[in-house]
Amino acid sequence: MSQNNGYQDMTSTQLLMKNIKEFFGRLNKNKAAMVGFYVLVILFFIAVFGYLDARFGWLGISSTKTNLTARLEGPSAEFLFGTDHMGRDILYRIFHGMHITLGVGFAATFLAALVGVPLGILAGYYGKWIDSIIMRIMDVLLAFPGILLALFIVSILGGSTINVTIAVAISAVPQFARIVRGSTLTTKNLEYIDAIRALGAKDFKIIFQHILPNIMSPIIVNTSIFLASAVLSIAGLSFLGLGVQPPIPEWGAMLNDGRNYMYQAGHITFFPGMMIVIVVLAFNLLGDGLRDALDPKLKN
Amino acid sequence: MIRFITQRLIQLIPVLFGVTILVFGILHLTPGDPALIMAGESAPEATVNAIRRRLGLDNPLHIQYFDFLKNVLTLDFGTSIRDNIPVSDHISARFFITFELAVISTAFSIFAGLLVGIVSAVWKYSFWDVSLMVITLFGLSMPNFWLGLMLIQWFSINLGWFAPTGWGNPNQMVLPVIALGTAGAAIIARMTRSSMLDVIGQDYIRTARAKGVKERSVIFKHALKNALIPVVTVAGLQFGYFLSGSVLTESVFAINGLGRLIIDSIFARDFPVVQGTVLVLAVMFVTVNFLVDITYKFLNKRVDLN
Repeated sequence: MSQNNGYQDMTSTQLLMKNIKEFFGRLNKNKAAMVGFYVLVILFFIAVFGYLDARFGWLGISSTKTNLTARLEGPSAEFLFGTDHMGRDILYRIFHGMHITLGVGFAATFLAALVGVPLGILAGYYGKWIDSIIMRIMDVLLAFPGILLALFIVSILGGSTINVTIAVAISAVPQFARIVRGSTLTTKNLEYIDAIRALGAKDFKIIFQHILPNIMSPIIVNTSIFLASAVLSIAGLSFLGLGVQPPIPEWGAMLNDGRNYMYQAGHITFFPGMMIVIVVLAFNLLGDGLRDALDPKLKN
Repeated sequence: MIRFITQRLIQLIPVLFGVTILVFGILHLTPGDPALIMAGESAPEATVNAIRRRLGLDNPLHIQYFDFLKNVLTLDFGTSIRDNIPVSDHISARFFITFELAVISTAFSIFAGLLVGIVSAVWKYSFWDVSLMVITLFGLSMPNFWLGLMLIQWFSINLGWFAPTGWGNPNQMVLPVIALGTAGAAIIARMTRSSMLDVIGQDYIRTARAKGVKERSVIFKHALKNALIPVVTVAGLQFGYFLSGSVLTESVFAINGLGRLIIDSIFARDFPVVQGTVLVLAVMFVTVNFLVDITYKFLNKRVDLN
């Protein structure tokens, strides 16, 4: 994020718009990222449609209807992805569960950013003891590798959709705080921020009008990268029976249902997992592309 | 170097304290009666009271914490509610399995990752490079528990090559190691590739080539040696993640390690065991990070001297 002369004449909105325009220009050149982006757009629309359909039954299909005469049936013309141990159509369950996977992933990431970004800004901008306290707390949270912290939190709160969202969000807060702190430090030391301060601007104004627009790109990159691991963590916890609870058609929970029937019906565990791979892959592609587009150091 | 190590050691102390406070505090600071959480909503009054008395939950919070800390420092994590066996016995009985799983998985991911990374870097933009990088992207995006299920499906159920569950003989170890190590291998492969491409583009490599050093020697002696430094860091971190990633892998393959101990104890509401195991895993992760930091510093210094 190089700050050239001329930036100081811009308002924060103009600065943001300029950054956004530049960024889409660069992202456009990255084919893999665009593939990820389009896949996610398609998945998003399917998820919205799936949600509405699950609520209002437009298509007249059911993901909850059990059919004990058609249990554990393999993929066929009637059931494209087969049926599960209760005779429910797996394709419909995946369709009606898509908004849960995406929604919970986005919610956890959003919550993490909502807490982590202000903490990072506070630590980076004010420094000194505020910085020390915040970052030591973040270090403690980072001492729990992978899903361990989320697992631990969920073990006390109990497994539910909301609790798993909160748990995954808490474990992601330090990542956001760390990255935002670093970028805030860099931005804070730019000359034009000094100039603005010398002109009498208040901290609040500096943070919202000048720091925040400047640190948007690391936040966006981190968000898209974290979305991938949020989806994985939530699916993992649900797979363990500690996240989203059945009969909600969350894909990790569906894998958990299916693993008892692997000898008779391997397809139950195949399709939901494949969907998780597609979603995570799309987020990873987009995240990689965003990083390349937004990080000038890596740009060739 | 010694100053660096002591400095990092001193920084560890508040983190470790914080970890004990967090592990202790989550149970006590969440709304609701800890004894009730452990006993379950529908437990009879007497059970709840028994748990409360046994864990000293009647004492003021700070006294409870200091008792907890005192015990933890002597490796006493209390006794299991389920079977009255000391938590430390539960942990030491299973520790080695998880450790072994993490070590072998790390070795696998380093080996596979380096191989793929080097091939990709040496023949960059070739068919092999592109396909290997696409494969690593899939490797990164696959949930390790799903990969485990698929491996069981193909190699145990359909082909009958490997045992689907357990840990101990080599036949049982292959699938869990692949399931757990694949994502790490993918990360190391991508890291090796980009790190080698960085190094290969540098002047001293061109000099070596101009001097007539053989290509193989350029790749392995000059480029790889320096490209390995960031890879070492990543591999060390992977080991830390594998310790916790084993929660899912052990559940899939029914391996009796620490991860499975945590899950079983969560469902049995055996909170002292959960607490103790989580604490041990966190402390190990912090230790691994510390060692990785020192190794990195050490390797970098040698490069500086050269």
